[in-house]
Amino acid sequence: MQAFAELLDRLVYTTARNAKLKLLEDYFKQVPDPDRGWALAALTDGLPLRLSIRKTLATILEPHVDPLLYRLSRDYVGDTAETVSLLWPDARANAPPPSISDVVAEVSSASSREFPRVLERLLDRLDVKGRFALLKLLSGALRVGVSARLAKTAIAQAFGRAVEEIEEVWHAVTPPYGDMFAWLEGRGERPDPGRKATFRPVMLAHPIEEGDWQGLAPEDIAAEWKWDGIRVQLSARPGDVRLFSRAGDDISGAFPDIVQAFAHTEGVLDGELLVLRDRAVAPFNDLQQRLNRKGVTGKMLQDYPAHIRLYDILFDAQEDVRELSYLERRARLEAWYERFLPSLADVSALVPFAAFSELEEKWRQARENGIEGLMLKRKDSPYLAGRPKGHWYKWKRAALTLDCVLMYAQRGSGKRSSYYSDYTFGVWKTPDELVPVGKAYSGFTDEELLRLDRWIRTNTVERFGPVRQVAPGLVLEIAFDAVQPSTRHKSGVALRFPRVHRIRWDKPAREAETLAAVQALIPS
Amino acid sequence: MPTPRPESWLYPTERGLFCAPGQFHIDPHLPVERAVITHGHGDHARSGHGAVLATHETIEIMKVRYGADCAAEFQAANGAQSINGVTVKLVPAGHILGSAQIVLDWQGSRAVVSGDYKRSPDPTCAPFELVPCDLFITEATFGLPVFRHEPAEKEARRLLASLEANPERTHLLGAYNLGKCQRMIALTREAGYDRPIYLHGGLRNLCDLYVRLGVDLGDLRNVMDSEPAELKGALVLCPPSALSDRWSRRLADPLTCYASGWMRVKGRARQHGVELPLVVSDHCDWPELLTTIEETGAAEIWVTHGREDALVHQIGLMGRRGRALALVGFEDEGD
Ligand SMILES: [Zn+2]
Ligand SMILES: [Zn+2]
Repeated sequence: MQAFAELLDRLVYTTARNAKLKLLEDYFKQVPDPDRGWALAALTDGLPLRLSIRKTLATILEPHVDPLLYRLSRDYVGDTAETVSLLWPDARANAPPPSISDVVAEVSSASSREFPRVLERLLDRLDVKGRFALLKLLSGALRVGVSARLAKTAIAQAFGRAVEEIEEVWHAVTPPYGDMFAWLEGRGERPDPGRKATFRPVMLAHPIEEGDWQGLAPEDIAAEWKWDGIRVQLSARPGDVRLFSRAGDDISGAFPDIVQAFAHTEGVLDGELLVLRDRAVAPFNDLQQRLNRKGVTGKMLQDYPAHIRLYDILFDAQEDVRELSYLERRARLEAWYERFLPSLADVSALVPFAAFSELEEKWRQARENGIEGLMLKRKDSPYLAGRPKGHWYKWKRAALTLDCVLMYAQRGSGKRSSYYSDYTFGVWKTPDELVPVGKAYSGFTDEELLRLDRWIRTNTVERFGPVRQVAPGLVLEIAFDAVQPSTRHKSGVALRFPRVHRIRWDKPAREAETLAAVQALIPS
Repeated sequence: MPTPRPESWLYPTERGLFCAPGQFHIDPHLPVERAVITHGHGDHARSGHGAVLATHETIEIMKVRYGADCAAEFQAANGAQSINGVTVKLVPAGHILGSAQIVLDWQGSRAVVSGDYKRSPDPTCAPFELVPCDLFITEATFGLPVFRHEPAEKEARRLLASLEANPERTHLLGAYNLGKCQRMIALTREAGYDRPIYLHGGLRNLCDLYVRLGVDLGDLRNVMDSEPAELKGALVLCPPSALSDRWSRRLADPLTCYASGWMRVKGRARQHGVELPLVVSDHCDWPELLTTIEETGAAEIWVTHGREDALVHQIGLMGRRGRALALVGFEDEGD
């Protein structure tokens, strides 16, 4: 743990990319397994730990720090993990500091009831840098300015490889990556990504902008509907079928129906995960019921039937077809589908058009459930990992907007920690009661942020820690993608992807939207 | 005779803290007839007073900073003395060379004005001496429980380890020109660093004064007179304000270090673009503040420059009377 704590501490203060790489390389070369593997996991996909420290921290800190002193400290420091690491008493235990492996072992075997005690004992064994590193590890986000890609680059450089070689084996290995380090140090075989059903990096689209149209000819472009589900990758090998999110998270556990439906297939496919009822796409909220679950009940499978709408193929059985053009892959996809005919799946239809004007007409009319807009794909593009420019475009239908009233403001984090930059807004339930419908963090310039911050400070009616309640006097025009029913908000509704579209300094708060009007926007 | 309440004979005025029966000010920020000065830092020692009572070292520091005629009359403290019936004694504060607490006895009541102070050891000055009292006036520069300074020797070893690990890079250490600079040099010397140490022009005079007053700082050279090649891998000291200015561009690939109690908080260190923050301070950290308040036995504590609100709250929790003393003219000393 000390080496890792020192590494994090140095990374915090290092801005130059090469200097960061050097620190990381030295660490991976000097620290033995399995600690370096856990460190690598923390820097890339996160440690496989699922316990929230947020509430626990408050509980275990209470006997040590007066609440007002804690608040003043937290305000000054600006980061909860750092504040706790600074406030925790020094040298409370005689035991040696834990290794990262100790931390992983102790935390993953603890019940949520035991967790506070486990965390206390770990903190007691560490100095201030160690405590900071521990809390960052457990909070799941290190925020030391190292991307997963940079960490992999450091691994590659430390052992004289190209970063692509690391990425190719990445999904065949799991933390703490003992087999990968053995291979890198010439002590073992290269982990074989072909043996398991693994994730391959996906190809992403750019939002289309005004200037893009000039470079596009209708005959070079294929159009598909943009479905309102989540992007997934289905990876199937005999005896091993997995469903991945576009970030590579394995979500198979929540979708045993899909896994079952593809059990007889082989290949890697790209598509949209939807809930489909009587062939119609259900609202996104229905799909949400199936997400973020480890397991799923029979009733859920029945009430929220999952479906994959396929639109691309990366591996046709074992053949890598990513180099082929979009049109060739499309033909492969259709043939693949005919060959296996998996249930709970279909192939996303092409949207025929002769001129962009015709396509625009279709785009304008696309207001039915499940359609978010159109995808435009170059017919000659290979399947490229990442977000390459000039190949795929998404043409989302215009966002909806609502005039809402600012209710609460909270201090931001990082660069924005001294400003009130997180906003909770609401709509009128009755002529004098506002109810919150969402929270937004973005959508304004630094200049607007300053003006907002000033407005908030002068219109505060109450303070709760870092949160200020403000008088109902400022209208925010909020853009969003959809309205959903919500149990989290008192209003019973929530906006999907809300962002501040405009600040309506000019508009009186009483002219903002009513709850009834918002409820009417929930798709039935 | 009942002992008088402290605020009846010691209170802030627009010129600074005033001892009424003694007719003198302590660390006044505007010129006064008679001043007692705790130490040489700019927010405590100013020029233009009539008579100045201070330690011999503080007087020498004032003369170097403001000129030999910066006060009409100097008197070096020597044991207890009476000023208009108030007994005044200067005892070491452990803050910087010459720093003193002012102990005032009047009609059976004792007040200690500690100025700035610290409890951890410092090779460049006499250690803090505890004086039990009824009223203790404390600073609160680091008056938040997050502030705990590291042992200074440990931080000096980290600096030397970095010098060794990065022999190509000039280590540019920002340190306050009076006290911190000389302490950091002395600490590296104690840790066995015997190569020349290079100084920014703004540090030279006070370093020379320390040497004259008997503090050994080893081989000191001026950056101005040195060849660029000589500075590669060397230790260079400069005032914190010079860390990011034009001046440092002459150094090849400098590794920026900063020795200050503020370095305990990552945001502060990053704000200064520091690559190697060293948590060394000439002020008390939070535990030292609390220990000292406890040990003086004072029932009444006044708090000056710093985060008064947190410390005053804490003093209440400790069952004592705490009060924020609003004195004009004091600022974050930056160390
Ligand atoms: Zn001072
Ligand atoms: Zn001061």
